[in-house]
Amino acid sequence: MISTDLTIILPEIVLAVYAMLALVVAVYTKKDGLAGALIWTTAALMVVLAGWIATGAGGTNLAFGGMFVDDGFSRFAKVAILLSAACVLVMSQEYMARRDFLRFEYPLLVALSAVGMMMMVSAGDLMSLYMGLELQSLALYVVAAMRRDSVRSTEAGLKYFVLGALSSGLLLYGASLVYGFSGTTLFSGIIQTTQHGEVSLGLLFGLIFLISGLAFKVSAVPFHMWTPDVYEGSPTPVTAFFATAPKVAAMGLFARVLHDAFGGAVADWQQVIVLLSVMSMFLGAVAAIGQHDIKRLMAYSSIAHMGYALIGLAAGTEAGVKAMLMYMAIYVTMNVGTFAFILMMERDGQPVTNIDALRQYAKREPGKALAVLILMFSLAGVPPMLGFFAKLGVWQAGVQAGLIWLVVASAVASAIGAFYYLRIVFYMYFGEDTDSQLDSNNSPVLWGALMASAALMLIGVFYQFGVEGAAAAAAATLVN
Amino acid sequence: MDNILSIVTFVPALAAAILAVFLRGDDEAAQRNAKWVALFATSVTFLVSLGIYAQFDPSNTGFQFVEEGEWLMGLKYKMGVDGISVLFVLLTTFIMPLTILASWNVTTRVKEYMIAFLLLETLMLGVFMALDLVLFYLFFEAGLIPMFLIIGIWGGKDRIYASFKFFLYTFLGSVLMLVAMVAMYADAGTTDIETLLTHQFASGTLNVLGVQVIGGMQTLMFLAFFASFAVKMPMWPVHTWLPDAHVQAPTAGSVVLAAILLKMGGYGFLRFSLPMFPVGADVMTPLVLWMSAIAVVYTSLVALVQEDMKKLIAYSSVAHMGFVTMGIFAANQQGVDGAIFQMLSHGFISAALFLCVGVIYDRMHTRDIDAYGGLVVRMPAYALVFMLFTMANVGLPGTSGFVGEFLTLMGTFQKNTWVTAVAATGVIFSAGYALWLYRRVVFGDLIKESLKTITDMSTRERVVFAPLIVMTLLLGVYPSLITDIIGPSTAALVSNFDTALAAAEAATQIASH
Repeated sequence: MISTDLTIILPEIVLAVYAMLALVVAVYTKKDGLAGALIWTTAALMVVLAGWIATGAGGTNLAFGGMFVDDGFSRFAKVAILLSAACVLVMSQEYMARRDFLRFEYPLLVALSAVGMMMMVSAGDLMSLYMGLELQSLALYVVAAMRRDSVRSTEAGLKYFVLGALSSGLLLYGASLVYGFSGTTLFSGIIQTTQHGEVSLGLLFGLIFLISGLAFKVSAVPFHMWTPDVYEGSPTPVTAFFATAPKVAAMGLFARVLHDAFGGAVADWQQVIVLLSVMSMFLGAVAAIGQHDIKRLMAYSSIAHMGYALIGLAAGTEAGVKAMLMYMAIYVTMNVGTFAFILMMERDGQPVTNIDALRQYAKREPGKALAVLILMFSLAGVPPMLGFFAKLGVWQAGVQAGLIWLVVASAVASAIGAFYYLRIVFYMYFGEDTDSQLDSNNSPVLWGALMASAALMLIGVFYQFGVEGAAAAAAATLVN
Repeated sequence: MDNILSIVTFVPALAAAILAVFLRGDDEAAQRNAKWVALFATSVTFLVSLGIYAQFDPSNTGFQFVEEGEWLMGLKYKMGVDGISVLFVLLTTFIMPLTILASWNVTTRVKEYMIAFLLLETLMLGVFMALDLVLFYLFFEAGLIPMFLIIGIWGGKDRIYASFKFFLYTFLGSVLMLVAMVAMYADAGTTDIETLLTHQFASGTLNVLGVQVIGGMQTLMFLAFFASFAVKMPMWPVHTWLPDAHVQAPTAGSVVLAAILLKMGGYGFLRFSLPMFPVGADVMTPLVLWMSAIAVVYTSLVALVQEDMKKLIAYSSVAHMGFVTMGIFAANQQGVDGAIFQMLSHGFISAALFLCVGVIYDRMHTRDIDAYGGLVVRMPAYALVFMLFTMANVGLPGTSGFVGEFLTLMGTFQKNTWVTAVAATGVIFSAGYALWLYRRVVFGDLIKESLKTITDMSTRERVVFAPLIVMTLLLGVYPSLITDIIGPSTAALVSNFDTALAAAEAATQIASH
């Protein structure tokens, strides 16, 4: 019995054991000297695990009495999490090494937080949900404060920790209410109490608190306040990590809780998600207009994008979950490329984050500028880039579910939001020349990530590497 | 050739890709190569597109040369042309080589310039051929990107303001259209335009936020599409992006904008608004007609006081597009025929007028009307060409401008006499501003020092104008060249529209009894 459980959870165990062993080895040997090698081995292990999960046996397997669910949905999310985490790890190596804060803990903390994320998307119980969430968050708090000598980095870490603890409190409180009113922490048990007719007031209360806690993790308005500060203060590679894998995990968990535990009460949570979605889209679109720091800008952009992804969730249908998964996959791909570019922005070896510095970038680096142009239009949702199809997908799901006003609102928000993406293009292509130009950073890894991500935005329109089919299958296993 | 439409559409994009990948360096030789590759590609496109014209069967009112293939997310790649769209395809392929020739003097970032124009051609052609809603939207919207860059990089002094205004204005209109498209998909279960043309959308009165909407879903969808096409057209009062964009865009950009991009709005009305939402269109017709009439008169008056030549012609474009919307929403054979005719003829005339401005702008680097005067002394050939197109713009019989204006006015007269009467005064105003412009620029004494050394048109410039002159006069004296091709399709469009309206009327009467 226990051996079948362990087989199901083997990828997580492998990654966790690897992280702990590597930690011990590094501490007793060369410490930070090993960091570069650890980054590459961790990334390689993640890619191998992603391949293993993607090609492994199908079907739905429950472990530990249903606390851990291994199904198509969790496998899709896990592959996205592992691949994006591996990309970001590889991208950070050179940046951190040159600025002298490449510590051996970094890849291991990222690996541990990836284990947490894998737990989150596989959670079948409120306990395993919380376990995964905290494992992920604690590792993230630490990496946010990676630059111990930088005031802003430590501030970001502390801010993230305090607010994160608050949200965990909300979530726990909600979980306790749900347990109290349904008598079980298992999702499969909770759904039985919601399936027939009325949802009791206490359960509804618990649900709202749960949603609040999860909304914090996906940085949906009004639980978004930490995002701009943490994005800006953290070292850029860490910001890149925040903007990718944890977002997928949190959205996955969100969908998991809403459908697996509260699938019978769609009408009760739909309006809450709609509200979160509308507010996120508009705040993200409007607040980003005044930003000059590209990391802050990307923070608001991620808030807006979570709003769009939430449309898929708000639909409460299989098509909605599929659209949300596609949205997250495309969003993560775009962000990997964009952050690869941000990591390249430097002057005299110092990182630059002011978009003013991009003036006339297209003249000196036409190739990279073109790639960024493609990414920016894709983020804005302009066809023929893949970002447009991401939006189209969630809109289709929204309209089919009768949320026509939500879709109209998001259309207006996307037009407002297009402005700030255009502004980056404007600086690169039309801006006045300045004396202080950016250095030409020729890191092959960053260049490759940027180009690959931009190319995918165009190639994806013709061929999607089976991602669409996988998302459809994943959604089908979650919603039934 | 089974896939002639795809060939025509993607030859320019292929040339753009070749330029992007293989052309290196920014020296004179590379610039020359870029220009020749672009000219060659657009010319080949035009020649191949003549094949479409030759094989097109006007008596068939359905779609021809249809290509179909699977695409992602359950969407289809489907292309085809009918009598309404085929001439817009030809207009596009005809104008593009001329714009490339007209940009021979560009010196900054020539390679990127040519790539932008080639991509733009692919996207514009795609708009007129797409037979899948999302494919149409993709081409329609993606065209904004190269145009944004063309205005922003190669434009005039205030190009940044103009490029942002252009992009955001049209983008907002278009996303609303996209929402309506998604709703259509949800309702009809397909994005295939051919099927949607026969689909009846619900037209029962709906209550939206406490307001009774007559025509229900159809009216709402009509409005969403209207938001996009009216901006693109552009109709008063959402035309304000156009003068800015025109003034700041480089000459070739203005030509493409006036000759082709503006036609997408009119084409959209004919392809979507009228046939798919007949009840909605009928409900909104009085409003649209009056907006058109106001546009004709108001923008003509505004054109009178302009100091900038490009701005004047831009406002004149808005006025002429007023006739087009009027003709379309008259929804009878003369009106619709006239609207298409007017769009095509405006494509030639406005292109030529912007090129005329470009000729003297290249020499003097100013578009101020006051900076000129007496050009006829040093530039007789230019004066002749400019005269011809001024007259065509006014709508002189014998030029193509006359036929379009006359047909649309005749069509509208059957629908609404007062609108026609108001709009007809616009014809007089247009004579006013156009002739006055001509008088100030070309006649008078040549007293300005700077003009004393100005040279007449070069051979390249004459070559650019020659085909436009031929087309303007040919269509003026032999309009059947166009009406024979579009006639059967527009007749089918109008009769379908009437049938659908009658059916909806009968349905409401049955419901009320």
